[in-house]
Amino acid sequence: MSTNVSAIETPQSAAPAWTETLHEWVTTVDHKRLGILYILYGLGFLVMAGIEALIIRIQLMHAHSSFVSPQVFNRMFTMHGTTMIFFVVMPILFGFANYLVPLMIGARDMAFPRLNAFSFWLTALGGLLLYFSFLGGNGLYGAGNAPDVGWWAYAPLGAKAFSPGHSTGYWTIALLVSGFGSVGTAINIIATVLCMRCPGMHLGRMPLLAWLNFVMSGMVLIAITPLTAAQMMLLVDRYLGGHFFDTQAGGSATLWMHFFWIFGHPEVYILVIPAFAFMSEIIPVFSRKPIFGYPVMVGATVGIGFISMSVWAHHMFTVGMNSYANSFFAITTMAVGVPTGIKIFNWLGTMWGGRIQFKTPMLFSIGFLFQFLIAGLTGIIQSSVPVDWQLSLSYFVVAHFHYVIVGGILFAVFAAFYYWYPKFTGRMFSERLGKWHFWLFVIGFHMTFDVMHVPGILGMPRRIYTYEPRPGWETLNLIVTIGAFIQAAAILLFVYNLVVSYWKGAKAGNDPWDAWTLEWSVSSPPPAYNFATIPVVASRRPLWDQKHPEDPDSRYE
Amino acid sequence: MNMRHRHNSAIRCALSFLALFFCAAAAAAPVSSTNIFAPASTPARTIVGLSHFVIAVTAVIFAVVASLLVYSVVKFRARATDAGREPAQVYGSTQIELAWTVIPVLIIIVLFLATARIIHAIQDAPKPAAALDVTVIGHQFWWEFRYPKLGIVTANELHIPVSDPAHPTPTFLKLLSADTDHSFWVPELGGKTDLIPNRVNEMWLDPERPGIYLGQCAQYCGTQHGKMLLRVSVDRPADFAAWVSAQQQAAVQDPKVLAGKHVFETTSCINCHSISGTAANGRFGPDLAHLMSRSTLASGAAENTPANLRLWIQNPDAIKPGSLMPAMKLSDGDLDAVTAYLETLR
Repeated sequence: MSTNVSAIETPQSAAPAWTETLHEWVTTVDHKRLGILYILYGLGFLVMAGIEALIIRIQLMHAHSSFVSPQVFNRMFTMHGTTMIFFVVMPILFGFANYLVPLMIGARDMAFPRLNAFSFWLTALGGLLLYFSFLGGNGLYGAGNAPDVGWWAYAPLGAKAFSPGHSTGYWTIALLVSGFGSVGTAINIIATVLCMRCPGMHLGRMPLLAWLNFVMSGMVLIAITPLTAAQMMLLVDRYLGGHFFDTQAGGSATLWMHFFWIFGHPEVYILVIPAFAFMSEIIPVFSRKPIFGYPVMVGATVGIGFISMSVWAHHMFTVGMNSYANSFFAITTMAVGVPTGIKIFNWLGTMWGGRIQFKTPMLFSIGFLFQFLIAGLTGIIQSSVPVDWQLSLSYFVVAHFHYVIVGGILFAVFAAFYYWYPKFTGRMFSERLGKWHFWLFVIGFHMTFDVMHVPGILGMPRRIYTYEPRPGWETLNLIVTIGAFIQAAAILLFVYNLVVSYWKGAKAGNDPWDAWTLEWSVSSPPPAYNFATIPVVASRRPLWDQKHPEDPDSRYE
Repeated sequence: MNMRHRHNSAIRCALSFLALFFCAAAAAAPVSSTNIFAPASTPARTIVGLSHFVIAVTAVIFAVVASLLVYSVVKFRARATDAGREPAQVYGSTQIELAWTVIPVLIIIVLFLATARIIHAIQDAPKPAAALDVTVIGHQFWWEFRYPKLGIVTANELHIPVSDPAHPTPTFLKLLSADTDHSFWVPELGGKTDLIPNRVNEMWLDPERPGIYLGQCAQYCGTQHGKMLLRVSVDRPADFAAWVSAQQQAAVQDPKVLAGKHVFETTSCINCHSISGTAANGRFGPDLAHLMSRSTLASGAAENTPANLRLWIQNPDAIKPGSLMPAMKLSDGDLDAVTAYLETLR
């Protein structure tokens, strides 16, 4: 990979030794290389967390299954959730932001390249610490003791009395350390967006991808803070004899819940806003129209950023808050649906009257729109508190948030992979395999997550390692498991396509999609420091202006 | 459950899948099905009503938006006749933006008012004088039920009376936890409420008809969260009165099983379990004074048969791996004696 993504000019023409290449990658401060490191690191953990998901699904295929022990099952769902959120989705999204934001705003790098490298390596260390717990969770006396407290580690289950050994300690420190990395990257994106835009690109002309990652970064600064505070308090409880969450000594279990979810819910939007960013770039290009309602899209994103800070306790409708608090969090949760709905309408408005090209990135974008619509609506159903008293903590919720994260975010990430792959590598992927991947994944996804709503309605709680053969449960769970394996097969196809196209793909050229933002004006992959001369822009679509001098955007904005 | 029955229910389930999704309520099942759309108590029934409304509203939104999406995909696809020309470049429209902002706002106002009304109706319902009080204490991984006014302590199988709408006798549950967080969920009787240490939560049920209602712990509480099952027996008033007076008796003292009683009283059993009239007064494990009045063992993990009871005492991990009851390593003779003793505790 290094020879093609050459960010550092070397005077000699001979291919460098592999140790040199490795050294270059490990010590790099180049935003494009760090972006690719983030993405590869996320894909590596995607495989781990995917295997954990499949173990969960095999265990739940039948009632009274003994494929794994309850102890192992509990570790699997804890590690699956923690890994997917913190070490798959976040790194991949940060990777794309790192790679794309400077290119799209006409900058030569991020504002703080060394902080950028530091942030990546902190995140990487966090993931390694988490997985080291498989070996060291019991203090090296017995292996196989990864965290088993669930990805929220509700107090007091995470306290020393209920979670002896060090596995929860590894979980805590892994999140703490990767949280520092996230904050570093967020500061970097904010500084880059505010200070590094090329001449002519005032905020109202900035590509939506940069805008949305800017908003996301602001949310990271606010949301990671309470998580960090809570993890520090938990460490004090576990290792220094504190009692913040130690209910046996008067601590509060609900305090932990509030701390965790005031991070946890904004986190959902921290993950989904970059997905929105991909959609806002990809849908216009393949509809051959500019984004519909650019200022409204920016406003709606900022609106989501603010409202999503006030919805956290909708994860806690069953913990016995009074009726006023429950009502408050119901209305805020419903309200966040309004700006989110506006975004969906604007993407539809972008497609409306366009000439839609069904290339692989667009297929995944349409999948995103359809599934994210359903995910939002099942979210509205659960914002109705009494309904949530039934659905909360059941498989309905599991289906709902996988609809958001897989059906929404992951589909958007796949779209982004196919859309920017030619820019990252200089090669086209196989369109045929891309379509196979899409259709196979759509089938697997709907088999798994449509069906998964029903066991929840039929009373099946989440996080149970086995179940009684109640009416319907077994058949439904079997279908869900089959769907999971179809998704896994589709992902293998995706990885195969990425790897093989890297060597066998056709040359992409600068601008294979006839797109309009600045990253497509430079070679693929972009040269070191991106722009030989800093571009000057006059509209939101500088390349449109260049291609249509008779009818430039700058005339209308 | 025999195979035929299982297949039937599988087919039924597959067929009712779409119906459930767009939500025609499933018909009330004759046996406990843990289906949230088969309510048998006011809170559950009220929630079903609200669910229908919310699902109907969201289904309409889905139908409208999904149709627009499908229409644009079909109608505005690129065609060979386009000859590479770009479509009209439209940048936005303030009127349209305003419309699709205001309409959702109106929808959520309606949804919120409907929701707030039901929150209040369920959560702030007054407690009638005839209500039964039960204290539910969650333990890793079983349920303790205490009836403070009746002097009864039992485990895992909750008995409550049918509530006649003319003279309601609802049951008010006070929810506590001895260790980690748990959640009480019997879908046909009501939504779930968590049991949290250092905190008192409340919920109420007023079952409409007698029967056995199943549920289980819904908040992840540790290794055996999966087998922390719940059985609620809703009894006719006369049956409930009979059950109460039976539970209020002291434990049976049968001279034929003195050997077993001796083994019980001289091993660590008594540190965790209670049996009235003996030295055993522990509170970590279930009260055993009327063990044989319960139909299951280990919080529903096994049927309460002599063979299962013996296996459970011999090696709890065989039934519920990771349960907190230790194996006492009793000899075969002692095991038989203890089992025989416990079987007399009617």
